[in-house]
Amino acid sequence: MSIASVFDVALVALILTIGASAILVRTAFAAVVMFVVYGLLLSMAWVRLHAVDVALTEAAIGGGMTGLLLLGAVARSRSVNVDSVRVGYPLRLAAGALCALVAAGLAVAIFYPPAPVPTLAPMVMENLPPSGLGNPVAGVLFVFRALDTLLEKVVLLLALLGVWSLAPDHAWGGTPGLQVYARPDPTLIFLAQLLPPVGIVFGIYMCWVGAKDPGGAFQGGTVLAAMWLLVIVAGLQKAPAIGRLWLRVLLVTGPVLFLAIGLAGWVFADAFLAYPAGYAKPLIVAVEAALTLSIAVALGMLAAGPPVRAQQQ
Amino acid sequence: MSLVMDILTICAVSAGALFFLAGTVGLLRFPDTLTRLHALTKVDNLGLGLIVLGLLPQTSSVLFAVKLVFVWLLVQLSGAVVTQLIAGAVRHHGADG
Amino acid sequence: MPSLLLGASVFVLLTVALGLFAILRRSADVDRLMAVQLLGTGGVAILLLLAVATETPSVMDVAVMLALFAAFAAVAFVRDASGASSEVRGE
Repeated sequence: MSIASVFDVALVALILTIGASAILVRTAFAAVVMFVVYGLLLSMAWVRLHAVDVALTEAAIGGGMTGLLLLGAVARSRSVNVDSVRVGYPLRLAAGALCALVAAGLAVAIFYPPAPVPTLAPMVMENLPPSGLGNPVAGVLFVFRALDTLLEKVVLLLALLGVWSLAPDHAWGGTPGLQVYARPDPTLIFLAQLLPPVGIVFGIYMCWVGAKDPGGAFQGGTVLAAMWLLVIVAGLQKAPAIGRLWLRVLLVTGPVLFLAIGLAGWVFADAFLAYPAGYAKPLIVAVEAALTLSIAVALGMLAAGPPVRAQQQ
Repeated sequence: MSLVMDILTICAVSAGALFFLAGTVGLLRFPDTLTRLHALTKVDNLGLGLIVLGLLPQTSSVLFAVKLVFVWLLVQLSGAVVTQLIAGAVRHHGADG
Repeated sequence: MPSLLLGASVFVLLTVALGLFAILRRSADVDRLMAVQLLGTGGVAILLLLAVATETPSVMDVAVMLALFAAFAAVAFVRDASGASSEVRGE
């Protein structure tokens, strides 16, 4: 057994143990901590599988953003007195059975694949050069399956609308109820002044490098969103009211630009979401830049939660 | 020359790994939260620092090396501040808080 | 040299795993926060070792990501664990 496979076996054992204890721990808070640890470990597993793009996303989403969302859910469930909505055994059993079914389905798909494993990878590598991109993942996202990517960004906006629609009538258009530190904490304020400049540069780098190497709009946008939330949580800045015009404009900029370039494709390149020859890379980088901003704002507002109080003034 | 570099790498990476072990032993053996936190910071500073130092001679480009040092500085700063935050939480609310 | 670096990454992974179990056996929330911190640092060390051993510079970006988000998660956890938070409410 080579050293690399010793590493892989140890990592898998650790991931399974942490996953099991995330299910078994008693309190919701501890379960969220375990889930974040699980996400960080999983990003290492993706590195070992040579899927660096996925590893970056997993570290950002699974390691940080989901943790914050789940903590918000834990805080909410505390405030509505969980004991009165105790989940019964039949429901738990049904949830367990359905999860087991999904796991069994995935296991079958992995252990008994069709004889020649279907793959489009060679075709992607063959057709990538005309686009001018170096990262095959970016090629799939913005050239071969651009429609999926466009719809994915629209789904993000729909999710945000879903969160916002939880607002009580009097708070509509108001400020989200993201929990902040009650006392201004000098240590935290120092961190919130120190980390964002680094994070913002890294977020822009992620977006820029995405055309050539692993990275891209989603990873970059998540970093920007996290830095924004850090500043809000530290109390240096207030979460914006959801009725603000600049906020709404930033939210739709990415998808609208993407859609506009897609529609222009009909005129200049004979197909929806096709790029005119020679202009593919600059157009894709422009779309990625706009999407990075929109994703950052959308994720930040998703984590900030529904508005809870009306806008002052 | 490359032999000297390799020896430097072996020494520094081994020493760094040893600090990771020392930090873990500290986490296992120390009696209360604040002392365990103290053990953890040794991992942050020295463990990672020595491993980065050991990796520097093995890098292929200057940019790569600069990035390594940058990552270490980032962990150093954020780790120190986060440890302070945890310690502050312990002081205000007790270890069970 | 790559196999030595891989060996070091296995060693660090094992110590981090041991540390995680030590931390997670305890029931205090503050101890659990250390788990995130330990994994943040250990994960960065492992990824840097892997990046140099396999000569894949992009793995280093994952290390930066891990460092940023371990700190971010720790801030969110301390906020909730210490009870120092306050929901923004209407005046």
